[in-house]
Amino acid sequence: MRLSRRAVLLTSGTALSLVLSGCVGAKDNSTTADPKANADAKDVTLTISANDVVGGKNAAEAAWITDSVIPGFVAAQKAKGVTAKVTFNGSGVEDEQYKTKLELNLKTGSGADVFAADGIWLGELASAGYVQPLDTVVGDTAKKWDGWTQISKAVQQNLTFKDQLYGIPNGTDGRVLYFNKTLFAKAGLPTDWQPKSWADILSAGQALKKLSGVTPIQINAGVPMGEATTAQGFLPLLAGTGQPLYDDSGAKWQGATAGVKDVLGFYTSIYGGGLGDPKVQQDKAGRDQSFADFSKDKIGILAEGDYFWRSVICPSTTDCATTAMPKRNDVVGWAKIPAMAPGKGVNGQDFVSVSGGAGWMLNPKTKYPQQAWELMAWMSSAQMQTALSKAQIRISARADVNAQTLTDDPLLSFISKEVLPITTYRPSDEKYNEVSLAIQEATAAVVSGKSPDEAAATYQSALQKAVGADHVSGS
Amino acid sequence: MPTTSPGADSDVVGLGRGRAMAFVAPALVLVGVFLVFPAAWTIYLGLLDYSLSGSGAKAPTFVGLGNYVTALGDPAFTKSLYLTLLYVGFSAVVGQNVLGFLLAWFFRTTRPAIRNTLNVLVLLAWILPGSVVAFLWQALLDRRDGTLNALLGTTDMAWALDHPMAVIIIFNIWRGTAFSMLLYSAALNTVPRSHLEVARMAGARPWQQLRDVVLPTVKRHVLTNTLLITLWTFNDFSPYLLTGGGPDNESEILPVYIYKEAIIGGHLGYGSAISLLLLLANLVIAVVYIRLLRNGSDKEATA
Amino acid sequence: MSAATATHAPSARPAANPARTIAARSLGYAGLCVLVVFFALPLLWLVLTPFSPTPSYRATLSGFTFGNFDKLFANPQTWPSIRNSLVLAIGSSVLVIVLAALAAYALSRVRIPGRDQLLYALLLLSSIVTGTAAMVPIFLMLFQLGIIDRQFGVVLVLSGGLLPAAVFMLKDFVDSIPKSYEESARVFGASPGQILRHIVLPVIRPGMATVGVWALVQVWGNFLVPYVLLSDPAKQPAAVVMYTFYDAGGQPNFSLISTFALVYSVPVVVLYLVVNRRYGFAFQGGIKG
Repeated sequence: MRLSRRAVLLTSGTALSLVLSGCVGAKDNSTTADPKANADAKDVTLTISANDVVGGKNAAEAAWITDSVIPGFVAAQKAKGVTAKVTFNGSGVEDEQYKTKLELNLKTGSGADVFAADGIWLGELASAGYVQPLDTVVGDTAKKWDGWTQISKAVQQNLTFKDQLYGIPNGTDGRVLYFNKTLFAKAGLPTDWQPKSWADILSAGQALKKLSGVTPIQINAGVPMGEATTAQGFLPLLAGTGQPLYDDSGAKWQGATAGVKDVLGFYTSIYGGGLGDPKVQQDKAGRDQSFADFSKDKIGILAEGDYFWRSVICPSTTDCATTAMPKRNDVVGWAKIPAMAPGKGVNGQDFVSVSGGAGWMLNPKTKYPQQAWELMAWMSSAQMQTALSKAQIRISARADVNAQTLTDDPLLSFISKEVLPITTYRPSDEKYNEVSLAIQEATAAVVSGKSPDEAAATYQSALQKAVGADHVSGS
Repeated sequence: MPTTSPGADSDVVGLGRGRAMAFVAPALVLVGVFLVFPAAWTIYLGLLDYSLSGSGAKAPTFVGLGNYVTALGDPAFTKSLYLTLLYVGFSAVVGQNVLGFLLAWFFRTTRPAIRNTLNVLVLLAWILPGSVVAFLWQALLDRRDGTLNALLGTTDMAWALDHPMAVIIIFNIWRGTAFSMLLYSAALNTVPRSHLEVARMAGARPWQQLRDVVLPTVKRHVLTNTLLITLWTFNDFSPYLLTGGGPDNESEILPVYIYKEAIIGGHLGYGSAISLLLLLANLVIAVVYIRLLRNGSDKEATA
Repeated sequence: MSAATATHAPSARPAANPARTIAARSLGYAGLCVLVVFFALPLLWLVLTPFSPTPSYRATLSGFTFGNFDKLFANPQTWPSIRNSLVLAIGSSVLVIVLAALAAYALSRVRIPGRDQLLYALLLLSSIVTGTAAMVPIFLMLFQLGIIDRQFGVVLVLSGGLLPAAVFMLKDFVDSIPKSYEESARVFGASPGQILRHIVLPVIRPGMATVGVWALVQVWGNFLVPYVLLSDPAKQPAAVVMYTFYDAGGQPNFSLISTFALVYSVPVVVLYLVVNRRYGFAFQGGIKG
């Protein structure tokens, strides 16, 4: 009795572990997609997924997909004698959760044929074998697409990994320093302010500090802000010290270098010097607070992307609710982010910025690679991109669309003309996400009062743990 | 009709072992497929250098106990374990348990108006969905617009930042006391009225009645309750919605640590290993509880 | 444990005098009042904000409007998501109650070696499966079984996680039924089926109701499992939809969130009240040491 039970346990244990290792190991990413598969099919079923949903998050884009993209595509296919059925699987959750689900779907070879993904995920997705270059999935048709001429090389970089394009960029953005002209006038500062160095920012902060009830400067830092800390705070500053975060040729990340210490030191002079409110950067709802404060004329200078202008402080209370600024266009000014000192930025620039953006990618397991590509190309056509920009003003990846749609918006045309030419993109390496987490922790440390050197040392060791010591530069 | 099994003295209905197995089987099958199997798989992943994306997803390597060695050597893990013990100890074992018992005890004699009001409020805290509750507490503690600051006249107090552990402990007492209250209310009903009468006639004060009559009767309920709320609190992720584990990881209890490692950081193998460590910590505590109870019963038997 | 020990006092004292009793009593009432405030305070926001013309984190009523509800009811996600939540929650709790009651009864009445250890082991394992790390195995398994994107699959996964605790709780109920009830029925010639239906079931019904509501509450608030396992947005429950009322940068849409929070909370409160009224809430507890 005893023995047999043990035997049963043993066998079932062995069986279980066999099944388990089978499940983990079983992956057939090896089968390369055939670009010509089902190219002549008369009945085509396709699915689009994105992190936006009708009636919720990014409702404008969701409506664009269901009301413009899909009917237009179906009609065009019908004209060719093809019956296309396209469904949209929208989500409306935090990016991390959307990404988790996307990866699970890609892992099992299921999931949407065309999906939205942030450019910074590309390294992880490609290294896992979840996505394939357009050349592999689609072949020549993708190369010959006429839209490429409208999308600058820099923007294409956002969906490029190891010199291969993986999708079509959907849009881009840029970071500036927003400032409140009313407060600036009160503090005796020019309302056409354009700082030339970090020191200029700090001296404006000192002037603003004299006003009561006003936080002079807020630059994103800390863990609760997530990627916003890295993309809108740390990286633009780091770009102003002359070196990019990741050196492609040497495959090295910047560790505790002089530049990183300078950036952390700048944070200390803001948050340790009473120029910024450190609690806002630590609070779970801190970004909401900083938005609310800015809209109530309580923050002098705020570093943010164009999203802030479009969707947070827009004049309409229906769209922007409690953070709407009815007099936005008169009260809010903007300036390019200066390098640490003139000429000290990357490529010897005086001003810097960091851009990001999402794009559309193809599921390499799609049954209809050619038709999925057609759908993606249709979504990225001038006609569809114009429709999207009109539904919700934004910077498209396409120059021809921007030339038409941005003229009415002073900030967005400023970004597209003045900022995008000097901007930098984040590395698409698969370790970027982890490095970004280490950056957030480092800025959190200085905001909560640790010295820049101490924070830099912790950052250095976190970085070494994440990417390996031989991929980290600096001491 | 199946023949009665050897344990027939307890099988009063005459179910028989065959039918008993048939009763248990559906639950066992469901649990086997949808609980034991994925749990075993998760434990197996804990032996791999496994991630959901990046090259670790393509070719996970077997690292044996590597993840466990890393965890035990990581000060962030040990700190997180310590915070978890604090959280469970103060919010569940002491907080919910004592408050739940006191409420159940007072409800026996308080006026119905007060009893019903409090009863409904305590239960509401328990049955409202987690995402709603997150908003309620953000609104309570918010630095600018929070109800608490308005009430106390304190401006700009960021409660969740200045006292993160206290906040999540008090939060969990608010959130989970209802379960203990319900359980103890039912348990106190099983204490025979006559015993209490006798004690009262003998001049025993309320706390003496409690000690000599009530507690011995409800001891088992105390164990069941403590076991369940300990387990649930150990795995409680909801503090993340209040503090996000911050500031500076000051409230990063283990479920939050696992979430950050497994989902945000993508280290699934490592996260799985921590899940098993969490389970083992629970097991140790459960064994201690059961020992305590067993010793108690033995003493009673010999007394 | 500590609940018990904490209330132990050093030794007996002379009989109480009336003044002291009154003092103690008023202290008790003061304590209860503090508790009422403590438990009610966070709920203020839920009651006030949905009717505020400028909803935010501030829990005050600066005017009164139903405008937020108009926006919510015009939203295409509202009612389908509540319906989906009901499907998932009721489906899971019915499944959990039925399977747990059958298993609990058999485990209580028929001696199965190692049942207590088995139950506790399953209880512990359920903590792994409800954690975030198990999401990948669960997803891959459901994919292999072909029940991904099916509400049925979500119900099975959620029920599997809830069953051990449900059996654990229900077994205590069955243990507390005096065996003499069943014995005398048997003496009078009742069949096992009749005994179960007419004797056992009525006695453990409050327990089943309790466990059912507990299961319902767990499923009602669950976000991660349905979100990951369902891809069709039309199948997503309210817990997932609650998170869609943020914009791309994470800004909450307070008019929708405050009203949805209220609408989302009402069904579970109503279900609780109905069950409580019909069956009465009761717990019996205690496992053998």
